Amino acid sequence: MINEGSCSGEGEPAVIKTEAISKKFGRITAVDELDLDIEEGEIFGLLGPNGAGKTTLISMLCTIMKPTSGKAWVNGFDIVKQSSKVRKSIGIVFQQPSVDDLLTGRENLAMHNLLFGVPRGIRKQRIDEVLSLVDLEKRADDLVNTYSGGMRRRLELARGIMHHPKILFLDEPTLGLDPQTREHIWEYIQDLAEKECMTVMLTTHYMEEAEMLCDRVAIIDYGKIVALDSPHELKNRIVGDVVKIKQKHPDIEAMKHLEYVRKVEVKKGLVYLSIKDASQHLQDLLAHTGPIDFVEVRSGTLNDVFLHYTGREIREAGAEGGFMERAMKK
Amino acid sequence: MSEIMNELDGIYAVWLREAKIYVREKERLISSGFSPLLWIFGFGTGIGSSLGTVEGYPYQTFIYPGIVVMAVLFTSLFYGIYIIWDRKLDFLKEVLVAPVSRASVFAGKMLGGATDAMVQVIFLMIIGLFINIPLNPLIVIQAFLLLLLISIAMVSIGLVIGANLKSPEGFGLVINFVMWPMFFFSNALFTLENLPAWLTAITFINPLTYAVDAVRGVILGINHFPIYLDIAVMMIFSGIMMILGVLSFRRM
Ligand SMILES: Nc1ncnc2c1ncn2[C@@H]1O[C@H](COP(=O)(O)OP(=O)(O)O)[C@@H](O)[C@H]1O
Ligand SMILES: [Mg+2]
Repeated sequence: MINEGSCSGEGEPAVIKTEAISKKFGRITAVDELDLDIEEGEIFGLLGPNGAGKTTLISMLCTIMKPTSGKAWVNGFDIVKQSSKVRKSIGIVFQQPSVDDLLTGRENLAMHNLLFGVPRGIRKQRIDEVLSLVDLEKRADDLVNTYSGGMRRRLELARGIMHHPKILFLDEPTLGLDPQTREHIWEYIQDLAEKECMTVMLTTHYMEEAEMLCDRVAIIDYGKIVALDSPHELKNRIVGDVVKIKQKHPDIEAMKHLEYVRKVEVKKGLVYLSIKDASQHLQDLLAHTGPIDFVEVRSGTLNDVFLHYTGREIREAGAEGGFMERAMKK
Repeated sequence: MSEIMNELDGIYAVWLREAKIYVREKERLISSGFSPLLWIFGFGTGIGSSLGTVEGYPYQTFIYPGIVVMAVLFTSLFYGIYIIWDRKLDFLKEVLVAPVSRASVFAGKMLGGATDAMVQVIFLMIIGLFINIPLNPLIVIQAFLLLLLISIAMVSIGLVIGANLKSPEGFGLVINFVMWPMFFFSNALFTLENLPAWLTAITFINPLTYAVDAVRGVILGINHFPIYLDIAVMMIFSGIMMILGVLSFRRM
């Protein structure tokens, strides 16, 4: 395919850059002075609960919404002043399905070719290429309203990459899909980013998705970035391992003073400790606590990271609650 | 050059989608065939039988051009509602984020709407042959071009309203306030002779009056205004509506 050669964006200017970009809807601040730098070839994740402002940010970057204030550049072009150049550089899969029900899969793709200026001579070949990539050749000539949710999503993915964009935006690419289809789509995305040297920005509120796919993750809450790093770093630096202990009279203060303990929390009579590295320190920890009823160790997750910064779980914060919470917070 | 080709491809893509949907949504096609029949036989024979002749023509023949214009008016204006559905269902985002200008997106939609209306015109012309409307190939071509111009103006109004509203109900309300006054305060159903002065004044500022006059002139040879005035009024009106349309699409 196109774009052969190395993907290394070392030393090059960021492919996506924002400076204090904000979007307000009346009294709601959906995106709050965000700064981002995303390098070429990166798979970058925006992880946050519903209503965090992920879709709003993507809508601004792909020029269908204007920021209230702040600036952003995509592929070096200003998203407000050079919006048509930005549009030529990007592909997008929207959160809401946007393939046309009354057209066939192939017709949807053909329309996209026309709209995105794919040269006449290679249109047919491109369609066949992406159809085979997402395993839709057999159903290509059926109307989309006969497709399953997963098939639609795959069609949209095919459409988003067919014109070989430099940058691909994916807004909740696997929302509502079954686990198997989801893993399939993860594979496509990873393959694509590698083969086509594409920069991918995706949003998700599934932490497994962010962990599996992304080179770097920005955790976003109420329109602000609360943490940004590789999933590995985020987990290790912030949480490490989580130790759950059950004990009659735990000495919380003493636990807090151990140098490898990062955080202690008590919930429903259980003590949760974030510690740097359980394999090294568990023994020492138990020596300090004295006799216990029960202990369980697990690796930290991005959910723990989110919890650490916001005091809530992504899931608790999830499910359409964003609007009311935000309204009440003001 | 390639920029222009891109824009033309964009217009074609949007139009092609509209044309395909039109053919596939059976209700749209069926209503295109049925409603003209209702208009002609409902109005023409019902009201007409009591009226005798107007300007030397049976009433049914006299109002035929007005009915055709009315069919174009209704179909074209109501076409704007699809833009609201498209937006609700998010189909439109794919088009709005594409690297083609909003003017081209508008043009594609406008031509799509005009196509709907012109299919209906073809049905009406065929019906015309059966009820002794004096049509010949030259007349058909002239009338077709005039009706296309009218349709472009009316689709543009519909799209302007559709692009600025969020709900289909709101659209229905607003469009009724545009459509019925335009239709009744025009010469579609009566001649402009012997009207009270206030009514004459209103019909004269109604662009649809000039549209009906032009089409009636071409088909029946009855003109109230010179044909170039009719065409000039329609062109200016279409031009203004298209500009408003493009501006509305830019804000979407
Ligand atoms: N068009 C809009 N009008 C008003 N409020 C909006 C609009 N779009 C989003 N919001 C609000 O902005 C906040 C962020 O929404 P969104 O960007 O969709 O979040 P996410 O994609 O992270 O779930 C939410 O509180 C939402 O209600
Ligand atoms: Mg969203």
